[in-house]
Parts: sequence; structure tokens; C-alpha cells
Amino acid sequence: MNVLTFVEAFFSDSAHWHGYDGIPTRLLEHVQYTLMALGIAAAVGLPVGLLTGHTGRGGNTLALIATAARALPSFGLMVLMFVILGLGLAPVMIPLVVLAVPPVLVTTYEAVRSVDPAPVDAARGMGMSEAGVLLRVELPVALPLILSGLRSAAIQIVSTATIAAYVSFGGLGRYIVDGLYQRDYEKVVGGATLVAALALATLGVFWAAGRLAVSRGVRRSG
Amino acid sequence: MSELFDLPSDLQNSYLGLVALHLRIALLPVLAGLLVALPIAQLCVRLRWLYPPVLWVTTVLYAVPSLAFFVVLIDYTGLSELTVMIPLAVYSLVVFVPALVDGVRSVPRETLDAATAMGFGPVRRYLQVQLPIAAPAVIAGLRVASVSSISLVSVGMLIGNQGALGNLLNSGMIYHQPRLIWLSVVGTAVLAILVDAALILLRALVTPWMPKGAVR
Repeated sequence: MNVLTFVEAFFSDSAHWHGYDGIPTRLLEHVQYTLMALGIAAAVGLPVGLLTGHTGRGGNTLALIATAARALPSFGLMVLMFVILGLGLAPVMIPLVVLAVPPVLVTTYEAVRSVDPAPVDAARGMGMSEAGVLLRVELPVALPLILSGLRSAAIQIVSTATIAAYVSFGGLGRYIVDGLYQRDYEKVVGGATLVAALALATLGVFWAAGRLAVSRGVRRSG
Repeated sequence: MSELFDLPSDLQNSYLGLVALHLRIALLPVLAGLLVALPIAQLCVRLRWLYPPVLWVTTVLYAVPSLAFFVVLIDYTGLSELTVMIPLAVYSLVVFVPALVDGVRSVPRETLDAATAMGFGPVRRYLQVQLPIAAPAVIAGLRVASVSSISLVSVGMLIGNQGALGNLLNSGMIYHQPRLIWLSVVGTAVLAILVDAALILLRALVTPWMPKGAVR
């Protein structure tokens, strides 16, 4: 017996395909957690990163915040929040957002700051407003890096949302944690396959987003 | 009333023992990852076409969630420390390979030629010129890899209490002792900050030519 036979057994069992503990339900829950956390992290990280990158100020403060946030163990934080706040969305969302803000924030800051100053000066010389310079020159040029920051945030959220099952939340981690308790290895590796597939799909989505959103001129020079 | 650092006996460890164990499970894989990344990166520098696919593979491997990685390895390495350590080493590659490749590539042509003219062979040139110039990038990679590794070890708790300080999370839940959970979270965070600080110090020591006082 190896892992693949277990995986095949898991997916061919029709009981895993519907109902409250079915794959569609769990997948949807996982995607919901991910989108919500990524949305909040982007709403916080993108504007702050764009503004600080544009003005070039506060880089050291940002690096310090990012280091501190990275040092926080997300799994531990989740368990702690669960014990303090009890059942609810907050104990999952707080650690996920704390985890996702630093990559978004720091990468956006670095991306905007490292934009070639020549086109920025040219835009100013043409009489563009500061907002215009930021949104119509710096943002498009910095977009590939900004997307890579969002991507690593999303990957980490997908990975950590799996662990939320330990503190009784839904999502694909349910299969792994329940399977471990029930000594049902088939369920464990089935869940692991699903989570890995979701993570790879996330990579794919960001790759496609990069293709669509990044202007051709930027892609060629990068 | 229990003392602050008293632990349940089923953990079979003192708090400091868990701290040492945590450091071991977190940092050994990072060092192993660095050792594996050195030849891979050198190969990518030599054969340019190899770099994009290698980067792609490390990115994909990094995307595999830790818990999924752990449980698939259970079939091969059992409920052991090794099951936690292998994924951590694999994750560190995504940081080390680009850091090494970009670092080594950033060495100017003239510097390399000067080294060759001084009679340096390729190995000595790599060790004494290219690696030192890549050192800041490598240490930046070490910082990111070590800190995230320290955070991820705790997840090992889910596969048969292989999470060192993370095991306290489970004890805290089953014995209703929030103190143990605090000990785990604060201990892990402090450990990560101390290791990060130690690496910043190391960078100052190995790159005496760099300007002092830069936080990043």
C-alpha cells in the first residue's frame, strides 16, 4: 500500500462528494476563509504599501513591523485566539490577516520604491499629478512584484487555514485533522491532496492574473 | 497554584528542553536546505536555462501546505521529527536558491577577472570572492527561512506531538490551561526574534565592509 492507493480510495468513495462533510462544502469553506483574509490583508497592505513606497518614507518602520509579524507563530496565535475569543470567525481571521499583511505590505513598498525613477520624473515633467504618477506610472510598472507579494500571502493563507480545523473550524483541514484522530489514513491523505491542489490552483490563478493585468511593455522589459 | 514554567508530565520535557528541541527541529533543516541549495544554485549560474525551471519547482514545492506535506510523509518516515524536518528543508530552498543565484551573479565581471589574474582557481574564486559578496543576500535568506521555520515547527504537534513548543498548545487545550498556550506562543515568538537578531549580528561580523546600522 502506498499513498496513491489511499488517495484513489478517498476520491472514489461517493460519500466524500456530498453533504455537510463533502468535498464541495469543505472546498467552498476553505476558499471563503482564504478570500476573506486575503481581501482584508490587501485592503490594509496595498494602500499603505503604495503610499509609503511612493513617498519613500517609513521603510525601516515597515521592515520592523514585518519582522515582528513574521515572528508570531500563526498556529499558536490561532489556538490562543480560540481560547480567548471562543467559537467565531475572529480567531481564524486574526492570525490569517496578521500572517498575510507583511508580505503584501513589504513587497508593495519595495515594488513601488524600486520603480525606475526616469519614467516617474518624465511623468512629473509632463504635469501629471502625484496621484496620477502613482496610479498610472508607478503602479503598472510595480504590478508584477505586487502580485508576487499577494501570491505568497495567498499561499500562506491557504496553508494556514488548513490548520484552523484543529480549533474546530471547517475547510479542507477538517479531513486531515479528523482523519488523524480517527486513524483513517485514507481521509488524511485525501485531505492533503485537496489542500495541495488548492494551493497549486492559487499559484495558477496568480500566474493568469499576471498575464492578464501586467502590461506587455512591462513584461518584456522584466 | 502551579509555577509559571511547570509543564504536564506527559510532555516528558522541561520548558527549556522544549526550547532546545524547537531550535533543533527548526534550524537543522534550514542549514540542510542551505547546503543543498549551494550546488543547485551553482548549477543554475553555470547553466542559465536551468534557472527558470528550478525556480518554478521550488515555488511549487513551497506552495504545498505544511500539514499536507507532513501527513503524506508519515507513510515513509512515520510520526517522527524527520517528518517535520524534511518539509522545512524543502521550503527553505525557495529562499536560498534565488538568493544564491542572484548574489553570485551580482559579482561584477571585472572582480572575477581580477581574481583569476591573481591566480585564483575556480573553487577558490567561488569560496573567497563570489560567496562573500553573496553573503548579505544569503543571510537575508537565512533570516526569512529560520523565522518561518520556527513558526512552522509548531504545526508538527498535529502529527503525534512532534511540534516541540507547539505541543504546549495541545496540552493547553486538553488540560484547560491557557498559561501553556501563552508559554508556547510567546516562547516561539521570542525564539524567532532572538534568532533573527543573532543573524543580523552574524551579517555584521561576516560582512565588515557593509555600512553599519541598516535594519534590513
